[in-house]
Amino acid sequence: MKELICITCPMGCHLSIDIDEHSEMKVTGNRCIRGEQYAREEILNPKRVVTYTCEALLPENFPVANGSEVLHRVPVRTTNAFPKERIPELIAALRALSIRVPVERGDIVIKDALGTGIDVIATRSYSLE
Amino acid sequence: MKQFIFDAVVIGGGAAGMAAALELDSRGNSVLVLDREESLGGILMQCIHNGFGLIEFDEELTGPEFAQRFEEKLHTRNIQVLLKTTVLDIREENEHKVIYAISPKQGMMHIEARAIVLAMGCRERNRGNIRIPGTRPAGIYTAGLAQRLVNIEGYIPGKDVVIIGSGDIGLIMARRMSWSGCKVHAVIEILPYPSGLTRNIVQCLNDFAIPLYLSHLVTNIYGKDRVEGIEVAPIEAGALISEKAFRIACDTVLLSVGLVPENELSRNAGIEIQPSTNGPWVDSTLMTTMPGIFACGNVLHVHDLVDYVVEEARRAGANAAAWLSGYRPVREIRVKTGSNIRYIMPMRVNPERENRLYMRALVVKNDARLDVRLDGTVVRSRKLAHVQPSEMLSLTLKPEELAVAGRDSTLEIALI
Repeated sequence: MKELICITCPMGCHLSIDIDEHSEMKVTGNRCIRGEQYAREEILNPKRVVTYTCEALLPENFPVANGSEVLHRVPVRTTNAFPKERIPELIAALRALSIRVPVERGDIVIKDALGTGIDVIATRSYSLE
Repeated sequence: MKQFIFDAVVIGGGAAGMAAALELDSRGNSVLVLDREESLGGILMQCIHNGFGLIEFDEELTGPEFAQRFEEKLHTRNIQVLLKTTVLDIREENEHKVIYAISPKQGMMHIEARAIVLAMGCRERNRGNIRIPGTRPAGIYTAGLAQRLVNIEGYIPGKDVVIIGSGDIGLIMARRMSWSGCKVHAVIEILPYPSGLTRNIVQCLNDFAIPLYLSHLVTNIYGKDRVEGIEVAPIEAGALISEKAFRIACDTVLLSVGLVPENELSRNAGIEIQPSTNGPWVDSTLMTTMPGIFACGNVLHVHDLVDYVVEEARRAGANAAAWLSGYRPVREIRVKTGSNIRYIMPMRVNPERENRLYMRALVVKNDARLDVRLDGTVVRSRKLAHVQPSEMLSLTLKPEELAVAGRDSTLEIALI
């Protein structure tokens, strides 16, 4: 028996999921069909959209005024919900990633992340004026 | 001193300010947007998580994406924006509204406007606001400040974290800190239910097995130079049980204990502030007690969705434009909070127009009913499967529903 809270709407139904010997799933506690769908997805293949910010890298030899310009980080996200068990691997890759600026919102910064078919894109344009 | 003259000036370039400016511009007014930060977008720029724009764009966007879509519209419309600009004062001079502002580029500015839209947003409540006893070591941050440090500046404020308060920013930061390699040891909430959205409890706490202590109070913070731990005690039947107090070791404390509209400018200008919202009193057109000065977004009342902020800001912009072209409501009906309602925004309705109202419940309730009464007669009744204080309620009243209103009528909304 597994317990979950449905996050499809603000009701927050407390779901109980029973899996019998034939791997049949029985969901109780849901007040609508979406609760059952959520439980199945969450048990069989949980996914989350991952958002992060990566280091921004100036072009080489770019003149930095007064040497005091703070270079802000570039926010990124996965284009779709990402398999939950592989998120730590993805985070490690994002932590190691430096993004060369300028960058446009929607630019792909990692193509086909970890072979999932899901891309990571920049969520903010970063211009050098 | 540099002089500028505009039809309308919008103070604050976040979601509310940008939406209001676009509306004023589309109705043929010259508009100037002022913002103290170095980019438009306000708090959205540090909210890198997804969940924004489901109503506005029918898509799930991150904060920066949502902001940039508006920023691009301002750019296309050639709307004037002054960044790194701090407004010092709003005054009436010779029957004109005047804004004094300052920036490194322009120096001191004297800006004349026929209408002003306040869109300064809100700020976080801090340790002083909730009076947590203990020492004053380094390592205590508001959740939003920590969010800015991590997401924009790229600094990690600490390694072993406890979050006080279960507001959404705190929950989002629990996940963010966990992803950044920190250990979040606990979230402490004084109320018996979480203040944040259920989806954030699931995705930000349960996913990382972070314990949530409901009905618990932080009774002490320890540490000389740096936070070393906190003391927590349960609340049972309304009483603090000190004998059951326990300690949690940590080097960082994040506070997510609510937001307060930032109205120092409004107060100085002589605008009346409502105690129920900490925002300006406004009429059916979102105009404050100073004619020609409007308010919208989190400076008016704290919203939970940016989608609602831009809807309200568009109305404020459109109403400011109507005011500039001479429209004045003929009469307005007083709005009164009934049972279980904390506040209703705005505080007046106009029986000649459609009225969009936002309100907040005082209680958590399933199978509730929202009753709207005009002088005691129900004009609208709506069933609600679930209500809670952290989820704002909304309602649009049609002129027909207010047709019988008289000069002394009162509209009352109650949650039953």
